[in-house]
Amino acid sequence: MMLVVVASVAAMRAQAPPAQSPATATPSGNADEGKKLFVSYGCYQCHGREAQGSSSTGPRLGPKPIAFTAFSRYVRRPTGQMPPYTVKVVSDTDMANIYAFVQNRPSPAAVQSIPLLREP
Amino acid sequence: MTNRRDFLRSAAVTGAAALVPAGEALHAGRDASLNPPGQAAQATAPVAPREVDPSDGGEVITTDRPGGDFMVDVLKTLDFEFVASNPGSSFRGIHESIINYGGNSKPEFITCCHEESAVAMAHGYFKAEGKPMAVLCHGTVGMQHAAMAIYNAYCDRVPVYILAGNSLDATLRRPGVEWAHSVQDAAAMVRDFIKWDDQPISLPHFAESAMRAYKIAMTPPMMPVLLVLDGGLQEDPISHEVTSRLRIPKLTRATPPQGDSGAVAEAAQLLVNARNPVIVADRAARTPAGVQRLIELAEALQAPVIDQGGRVNFPSRHPLNQSGNARALIADADVVLGLELTDFWGTVSTVRDGLTRTSRSVVKPGTKLISITALDLATKGNYQDFQRYPEVDVAMAADAEATLPALTEACKRLITADKRSAFQERGKRLADAHKTALERARAEAAYGWDASPISTARLTMELWGQIKKEDWSLVAESGIMSDWTARLWNRDKHYQSLGGSGGAGVGYGAPAAVGAALANKKHGRLSVTIQGDGDFLYAPGVWWTAAHHRIPLLAVMHNNRAYHQEVMHLQRMANRHNRGITRAHIGTTIDDPNVDFAKIAQGMGVHAQGPITNPNDLGPAIARALEVVKKGEPSLIDVVTQPR
Repeated sequence: MMLVVVASVAAMRAQAPPAQSPATATPSGNADEGKKLFVSYGCYQCHGREAQGSSSTGPRLGPKPIAFTAFSRYVRRPTGQMPPYTVKVVSDTDMANIYAFVQNRPSPAAVQSIPLLREP
Repeated sequence: MTNRRDFLRSAAVTGAAALVPAGEALHAGRDASLNPPGQAAQATAPVAPREVDPSDGGEVITTDRPGGDFMVDVLKTLDFEFVASNPGSSFRGIHESIINYGGNSKPEFITCCHEESAVAMAHGYFKAEGKPMAVLCHGTVGMQHAAMAIYNAYCDRVPVYILAGNSLDATLRRPGVEWAHSVQDAAAMVRDFIKWDDQPISLPHFAESAMRAYKIAMTPPMMPVLLVLDGGLQEDPISHEVTSRLRIPKLTRATPPQGDSGAVAEAAQLLVNARNPVIVADRAARTPAGVQRLIELAEALQAPVIDQGGRVNFPSRHPLNQSGNARALIADADVVLGLELTDFWGTVSTVRDGLTRTSRSVVKPGTKLISITALDLATKGNYQDFQRYPEVDVAMAADAEATLPALTEACKRLITADKRSAFQERGKRLADAHKTALERARAEAAYGWDASPISTARLTMELWGQIKKEDWSLVAESGIMSDWTARLWNRDKHYQSLGGSGGAGVGYGAPAAVGAALANKKHGRLSVTIQGDGDFLYAPGVWWTAAHHRIPLLAVMHNNRAYHQEVMHLQRMANRHNRGITRAHIGTTIDDPNVDFAKIAQGMGVHAQGPITNPNDLGPAIARALEVVKKGEPSLIDVVTQPR
């Protein structure tokens, strides 16, 4: 049987603090390592392997994520449907690596350059 | 009841009738089939047994006119096109009557490999065609297999006409299996999720109950019905005593219940005077007319419509379609009109699935809630699909589609020139919001466009690019695909999306798609399904059914190699318990080895390709598959995708 988990995507967006990027608050992370962690910690399950998000499970995270402090706070103590990732499960170092991966996602091509999206 | 002993008694006094040629009986049967539904038909003349074996003390060993023939006359009068079934001895009598006496036409026997497939095929067929398909199954083992699919149809308010075989007379059962396939009350195990059942004990009783079952099933709220057919009733000759009472009653469909005029007027007042009314529809449009009726109401009010997708209730590209802005609109609403909602409470509330479950209303205090649903006329107690109790202000126990014309007219009578002007302004704002939402969805679809595994947005649009100029029908969508088809495809016909399973019982997608494609075939529609991998594996024999019956269907798989919903549930549990998710794949993923779905489909006689992992390979694969489908065959493409 399937139980549908309705992720409160909009709620998460609303409840997460607004994006800000104080450079000093963002630890340097390893994006390649973060890519592996993004899979092994199951982030991709709701947010997609490219962090592209899903309307039914979890929002897009990259390539311009919310500020690291807010990102980390939400992962530790989510207020929506997301399960909590405590420091016991995801270390601060791993968190930084995941953030680096999300940050490094490529920007998509413009919609107008993709015929299948451009046409009605 | 007519049983074999009764027959022997009657046979002794019907020597002359025993000479009636079989051909006459067949001819009479065809005559009966010509009676359109709704007109009474005289039953065919009885034919007593024509052969007597003198070497066996006069025992009659054949008959030209078993009870099953009369049952077929009744089914023909009800205009069933198909009967889906996995063959079983408890209904061998009517099976034989269908294929020989009935000429295997109306109904045509559709061979299924599982009873769950048969019922789900009927489920999908109804949503494409608007009339029920019959299903034949064992009253015991068949019913047990069918139960999950019956529950789905019940939750989805879909009529399925189930005929179950049984052997009532214990003294006439064959030893062994026939006992295991007999039951006192075959309907008992499904009675909680069907609308009505009967076990006729005579052919006249069958005829009346057949009409009654059809009428009940097709009256909103629509649900499955069940007739249990005794083996003797199917197989034994029709006695002269019974013949004199045989007739097929007239079928008169009940008109769907409309909302009370006072409640309609009250609802109209609330809607016209609202600043921010919102219309939410789930299973409101039962027919093509339902879509038009909802358009008329929405345009009269210039009110936003949120289509929850149980059916195509509202055109996706209509400027008043605001399904993508549902949450914000409901939060800002002062009146919410719910049309055949599965879950009104859930529409205006949110629940957090945390260690402590919390819920809160998402509407403003004082927001008026209006409900129109036929479900208020038929709610059962055991299974809890009725959802949490919604505290509405106006509750019409009525069919929404039937009530919409009166509601629209009542609204129009109240709309003054000033209000009309304000409504037009609202409509312009909503049109802008609709356009913005569509642009936003396209922009979101571009993320991960070239990813492998293939993004669900890419899959959706590769498919759309090749079907949009056809008369297409999305017959099922068993993988959860981030709502891309609803957000990006232009759908304005009732058959362009047939909604989900109803009960969320996995295994619905493939057979429902095949059943709906069977309905679409004669209309020349291109049937398309997005096929989940977990769903595929429940009863994959339905692909053989599609191949065997030449049912054209394009199936594109959303193969994320997991019961992904359950992966996320395990992830939630593991994190809640502070253990991490490294073992959440145990019991939830479908890999090691990866399933070769194309090979399975090919083994069933279905043209198939894949697995496809490169997004650039997908378009050409769809083009190849379409060539096959347009020739009248099913074709499947296995696509390895992102989770959602």
